[in-house]
Amino acid sequence: MLELKNITFGADNNGSNKEIIKDISLSIPDDRFIVITGPNGGGKSTLAKLIAGIEKPSSGRLLLDGEDITDKSITERANMGIGFAFQQPVRFKGLTVLDLLRIAAGKTLTVSSACQYLSEVGLCAKDYISREVNASLSGGELKRIEIATILARNVKLAVFDEPEAGIDLWSFRNLIRIFENMRSADKQRTVIVISHQERILNIADEIIVLADGKVTKQGTKDEILPGITGAGFAESVCPKIEEGGE
Amino acid sequence: MQKLDAVQLRLLMETADLHGVPEGAYNIRANGQSVDRNTTANIDIQSKTEGSGIDIRIKDGTVNESVHIPVVLSQSGLKETVYNDFYVGENCDVLIVAGCGIDNCGTQDSEHDGIHRFYIGKNSKIRYVEKHYGSGDGSGKRILDPVTEVYMEEGSTMEMEMVQIKGVDSTHRTTLAELKKDAKLIVRERLMTHGEQSAVSTYKVMLNEDGSSADVVSRSVARDSSYQKLDLCVLGNAACSGHTECDSIIMDNGRILAVPSLEANCIDAQLVHEAAIGKIAGEQLIKLMTLGLTEQEAEEQIINGFLK
Repeated sequence: MLELKNITFGADNNGSNKEIIKDISLSIPDDRFIVITGPNGGGKSTLAKLIAGIEKPSSGRLLLDGEDITDKSITERANMGIGFAFQQPVRFKGLTVLDLLRIAAGKTLTVSSACQYLSEVGLCAKDYISREVNASLSGGELKRIEIATILARNVKLAVFDEPEAGIDLWSFRNLIRIFENMRSADKQRTVIVISHQERILNIADEIIVLADGKVTKQGTKDEILPGITGAGFAESVCPKIEEGGE
Repeated sequence: MQKLDAVQLRLLMETADLHGVPEGAYNIRANGQSVDRNTTANIDIQSKTEGSGIDIRIKDGTVNESVHIPVVLSQSGLKETVYNDFYVGENCDVLIVAGCGIDNCGTQDSEHDGIHRFYIGKNSKIRYVEKHYGSGDGSGKRILDPVTEVYMEEGSTMEMEMVQIKGVDSTHRTTLAELKKDAKLIVRERLMTHGEQSAVSTYKVMLNEDGSSADVVSRSVARDSSYQKLDLCVLGNAACSGHTECDSIIMDNGRILAVPSLEANCIDAQLVHEAAIGKIAGEQLIKLMTLGLTEQEAEEQIINGFLK
């Protein structure tokens, strides 16, 4: 269980302190698929970074399974089982997909197990395993490799920051399939996805709406989704593509 | 064979990945003397009659053979300049492994300057690996100033892997290449300096005839207070294609001057250069930390990958 208690976060904005997260308290039980949505600038990505330890709150406490993790570093939180997938996956000159998966797994990973993670995200392992994680990979490929690193870690809490950002529609359809698989797989894993996409909201157990640094709505998909469809931030994919089916 | 001591054997392993006597043709030089040599039916090695060094002659059509010519220095204060000339026949496919390891535990400077000249025959393919390594905690410097000259005949290919990762205090490396019709030169240089080290690497590649091409890529890391100058110049004198790239990471107080340059002397020459210098991106460190590495482990992984 992840608990946020009175979390506030401010950032320097031309000399004045701008509050981005305003006194948020949340409890996220285990084995749930949670989607956090809301308008741009509402604090969603900041909240994800606060959970991963990339940002530190100005005040408030974070607890993972009852243990206070507020002062724990990124590395310590990672080793406690928190995974974080970047909105813009990072590129590395020289590090290969296999290197990254091995680092993620934290052990000597056999090529065949690395291939397993890649095939789960719809990439043909033999084409990718030796590729460098550099600018030669497309946005969609990088996103899938990013997700594969989370799968390789087998985390208990995975946070995905706008996985659909910057990818094409064709890759998006595959991405949805990956999340659907993660959703149905019995892995005892809590997944938090920051997203605007209706297709992702649609597979949530619970939806949290964040606006202006505060939680404005929280509840099951059936309770929340009808109220936010058409609100401007819950977007559907291209209707033509939807009609065309998979 | 004069027996190599433990230090010399370790240097041999670092520079030539050799755990003992290599297969095929070889010449092992230790502390200024040739200590062991083997020739094959196709590859002959002779000491020069004048001056220091060896002539390596590879017969036409020699394929799938290798030549190892490692040099190890474990005696403080030794300074030497050695001329090694490679005469490669036509239609060969050969691996050449050179390299120098210096262990200096004394107070005097040790220096090895290897002057390597390659004359590569028509349609021959050479893969050349050169590793430089230094060790020892004496105050004497470990200095390597190699010169490599490559003369490539029609249709020949040369792949050069130049590596200096550790322990050489001062190096000034000069590489010159002249390419004839359809000849192809590929260079992959990897360099890491630390402490107060200084490294200068100069390349001058002349693409003299139509269809010739060169791809010279240098990846380097300057740590602590070390300094590097990378001067990569490609001259296009015919309908040719050339690419140079300096890609560097600076850490601590490291300094790097990258001078990629191109000179087109023919309207059909196509030349490209790229250069980038910067510290390790913060987001790269954060990404690896979210995978469970400490900041220091993340840094090492990034550097290892970059120089791989």
